[in-house]
Amino acid sequence: MRFPAAPPGPPGEAAPVVVAGGGLVGLTAALDLARRGVRVVLLDEDDQVSEGSRAICFAKRTLEIYGRLGLGQRFLEKGITWSRGRVFRQDREAYSFDLLPEQGHEYPAFVNLQQYYAEQWLVEACEATGLVDLRWRHRVTGIENGPDGARLSVETPDGDYTLHAHWLLACDGARSFIRRAMDLPFEGQVFRDRFLIADVTMRANFPTERWFWFDPPFHPGQSVLLHRQPDDVWRIDFQLGWDADPEAEREPERVRARVAAMLGPEVPFEIEWISVYTFRCRRLERFRHSRTLFLGDAAHQVSPFGARGGNGGVQDADNLCWRLAAVLAGEAPETLLDGYDAERIPAAEENILHSTRATDFITPKNAAALAWRDAVLELAEGHAFARPFVNSGRLSRPWSGQEVAPDAPVLRDNMPDWLLRHIGADGSFTLVAREEEPPALPGITNILLADSPRLGALLDHSGLACARLGLAPGEAALFRPDQMLAARLPASAAAAILAARDAALAR
Amino acid sequence: MKHLRTEPRLADPDALYALLMEAHRGLDDAASRRLDAKLVLILANHIGDAEVLREAIALATQRRNSGA
Repeated sequence: MRFPAAPPGPPGEAAPVVVAGGGLVGLTAALDLARRGVRVVLLDEDDQVSEGSRAICFAKRTLEIYGRLGLGQRFLEKGITWSRGRVFRQDREAYSFDLLPEQGHEYPAFVNLQQYYAEQWLVEACEATGLVDLRWRHRVTGIENGPDGARLSVETPDGDYTLHAHWLLACDGARSFIRRAMDLPFEGQVFRDRFLIADVTMRANFPTERWFWFDPPFHPGQSVLLHRQPDDVWRIDFQLGWDADPEAEREPERVRARVAAMLGPEVPFEIEWISVYTFRCRRLERFRHSRTLFLGDAAHQVSPFGARGGNGGVQDADNLCWRLAAVLAGEAPETLLDGYDAERIPAAEENILHSTRATDFITPKNAAALAWRDAVLELAEGHAFARPFVNSGRLSRPWSGQEVAPDAPVLRDNMPDWLLRHIGADGSFTLVAREEEPPALPGITNILLADSPRLGALLDHSGLACARLGLAPGEAALFRPDQMLAARLPASAAAAILAARDAALAR
Repeated sequence: MKHLRTEPRLADPDALYALLMEAHRGLDDAASRRLDAKLVLILANHIGDAEVLREAIALATQRRNSGA
C-alpha cells in the first residue's frame, strides 16, 4: 500500500516538533508525542511502510510501551509469542533458555512480528490522533541546526520548501542524512563477516522457539538462526563468512539452495525477502545537539543478535517523548532533555556491549577464538556450568541502570486487570501506594494498592504487585510518565513526593 | 578478598606435566587448543572467583613471567 504524497508546506512554515523518518522509531515517537497533546510534523522520503520483515522480535518492554500507546493487544493478537531459545551444535542441542520463566505479566518475553505490521498500525494510530501531519515523499535535503531549532530544506514531488523545526527528532535510520549533514562522527566496530537474511513462507513443523545452530550439517562451519513470524513466514539468518560475495549470495537460486539444504527436499517454500548484511556496532558521541535529538539507528547501531536495534530505538522514543512534552508545556526546563543523553547513551553502550560480545562469540576472529567457542559448545552439552558461556545473542532487556515499573496481575472491581496499565496511562507521574491513601497532589495520579478488597483500590490478590514493587504497607513508589521509577517514599510524605517529582522534571 | 596463590602447591609437578602431555598426545593444533580451552573453563568454574581469575589472566599475559 502506498500513501499519498503530501503537498509542500507553506512558505516560512514553522512547527513545534518535526520527526524526520517514518520508520518504527519515528512513528512511535510521533504517536507518543501526539498522545501527550503535542502537534507533530513527520517527514518521510518514501510513501510506504518498510519493505521486508526487518525488525521482528519485539521485547517485553517494547510491548509494554506499545501497551501504553494503545497498540499492545494488536501485537499480542497478530504476533507470535515465544520465550524459549534453543542452541544446537552440529546435530545436537547444546543449550536452551527461557526468557520469562515467571507468570503474572500481561506481555510475554517476546512477540515476533513483521516490522511492516507495526508500522502500519502506528500510521493508523498517528492519523487517529489528528495531531500528526504525516508527509510522505518529503525528503530532508539540508539542515541548519541552531540554538532555536533546525531549519530544514525539504524536497517533495511538487516542489521544495523550508521548514523551521523548533525541535527535531532525527529518526532517519543507520544511514541518517541528518547525522551526515551535521557531520557528526558515527564510530565503532565493523565485524568482518557477512550474513544472509531471508524471509521464507512455508508450512513447517518447527516449534515457536528461537533456534540457533553452530556448525549445522546443512550449513557446515557457519551459524544459522531461525525465527517464526505470523502468516507462515520464517526468518532464517545464514552466516556466510567475510569472503562471501554479497551480490552472488543475493541470487534467489543460491538462497533457495541454502534453504532447501536446511529444510530437506520435501518442504515447499517461497522466498519473501533477501538481504545480505555486514554488522556494525557504533554510536554517536551525544544524541542531543541543542534542539536536534537522534533516536534509534540514527543514534546507535548494533548487530541483530539480541534484537537490540528496534527495541533500543522504541525505548529511546519512550524516554524522550514525555520529556519533550513537559518542556513544550512549560512544566520543565530544556535541561530535562539532557536526561535523555544521560540515560540513553549508557543504554546504547549496554546494547552495544552485549551485541558485540554475542557477535564475537558467533564470529570468532582467529583460531584461538574458534577453539574457545567450540570448547564452550562441547562442554555445554553435558555440563550446566558451561551453558551460560554459550552466546548466540543476549536478548533485549531494558537498560540495567534504571528500574522499570513491574507488571503484576491485580483485580479492579473484582475484574482481572494489570498493574502496569495504570502507570503512566494518563501521561502524568503515577504514585503507587500500598494500603495508605496518598495525598492528592497536582500533576500526580494516585493508585492505591490494597491487600484486601477496598473501594477504588486495585486489589493485590496474589501479592505479586507489592512484592515486585518492593512496597511495605504505608510505602509508595513514584513513577515517571515513561513508567521508570523516580523514588520510593512514605505514601503520606507530600513534600518528599513533590520534591521527587520536581527532581525528575529537572526543576 | 581472595587472591591468586602463586607459591608452589603441587606435590608432584612432574606427574601433572606428564598428564597434560598425555592429554595432548595425538591431537592436531585445533584439537589441542580446544583441550586447553576446556581445561581453563573447567578450572575457572572450579575456582569460581572473578578476582582470582582476573589476577591469573593478568599474570599469564605479563610480557616477562619473571616472577612478582
